[in-house]
Amino acid sequence: MRRYTLPAIVLHWLIAIAIIGTFTLGLVMTDIQGISMAKIRYTNWHKWAGVTVLGLAALRLLWRLFNHPPQYADAMPAWQRGAAHGLHVLLYVLMFAVPLSGYFFSLAAGFPVVYFGEIPLPVLIGPDPELRAVLRGVHYWLNMLLAGLVALHVLAAFKHLLVDRDGVMQRMLPIPTPKEKR
Amino acid sequence: MKPFKALLVATLVGASAIAAAVPLKTDAAKSSVSAVFKQMNVPVEAPFRSFSAAIDYDAAKPAASKANVEINTASFDIGDPMYNKEVAKKEWFNSAQFPKASFVSTSIVPSGAGKLNVSGKLTLKGKTADVTFPLAVKAEGGKQVFEGQLPIKRLAFNIGEGEWKDTSMVADEVVIKFRVTAAP
Repeated sequence: MRRYTLPAIVLHWLIAIAIIGTFTLGLVMTDIQGISMAKIRYTNWHKWAGVTVLGLAALRLLWRLFNHPPQYADAMPAWQRGAAHGLHVLLYVLMFAVPLSGYFFSLAAGFPVVYFGEIPLPVLIGPDPELRAVLRGVHYWLNMLLAGLVALHVLAAFKHLLVDRDGVMQRMLPIPTPKEKR
Repeated sequence: MKPFKALLVATLVGASAIAAAVPLKTDAAKSSVSAVFKQMNVPVEAPFRSFSAAIDYDAAKPAASKANVEINTASFDIGDPMYNKEVAKKEWFNSAQFPKASFVSTSIVPSGAGKLNVSGKLTLKGKTADVTFPLAVKAEGGKQVFEGQLPIKRLAFNIGEGEWKDTSMVADEVVIKFRVTAAP
């Protein structure tokens, strides 16, 4: 079975790692009460990581627009292809929506984002307490949705690997399995 | 202050010093005092929600001007009640012991059109320091608008104790920004 292109594979796994790391950092930092050195540090790291995800997602979308993904297994029923496609579309939307909601949440709270503490990113909106409260909820629930969809995505991949054994997951693995090597 | 009392005070002040400038009435809705601090190089501007400013100013006699500003330190609003409570704690403003920060002018010298050089005593967290900063004055709809910035070093006033003395996290330099609108 044909595999994804190398850039698509690299971007998929980089973004996967970045999303898991950023999500975890988000949970850890919001769990710290009051103001502490750790909280400030983690919060800034979280923002830098989120902006990184956004940049990688943009690259990935561009690549995806000009490179068709490999075919699914012939045995896959139409509803599964539809479900997989729908899930992938949602994941792409969330790769943008989650970091953007966080970015605007930070701006509405009056905290601009300075990438790696060096590059001030555009301050597109000023502090806005009402918008801040809304975006806080939006950012949280988009993240919960993303977590749920990622879980579904991983479960589906393992179903292909272990139950269907149809090579669908192998298309995206970083290293080709031996029998695929020519 | 009740109008009558204000009038009485104004009369007494006026009578005691003939050269004194006119006390202006501050328009709280059009006045603001804020501080810009940097955490991990991110500039954050947050307002003090509660303060009072008394300015005596006469454009004809700028050198006779006086300014007196009092700020309730617990009213510093960085946008989240939990953070605001932290900032009022002992390590930062220690608002329980030092509820007010103040600025009292000692000399105001004209330095060009619409510009004044203000010197005075700034008291923050129980420490007083002499400061000097430029102040811009302009008339706007029959009112006087005083605008300026005063950079300070927070550690000189012991703001941020213990581990917070580390300026790599929260920078030492803090800029106090203000805009006071007042009318005769």
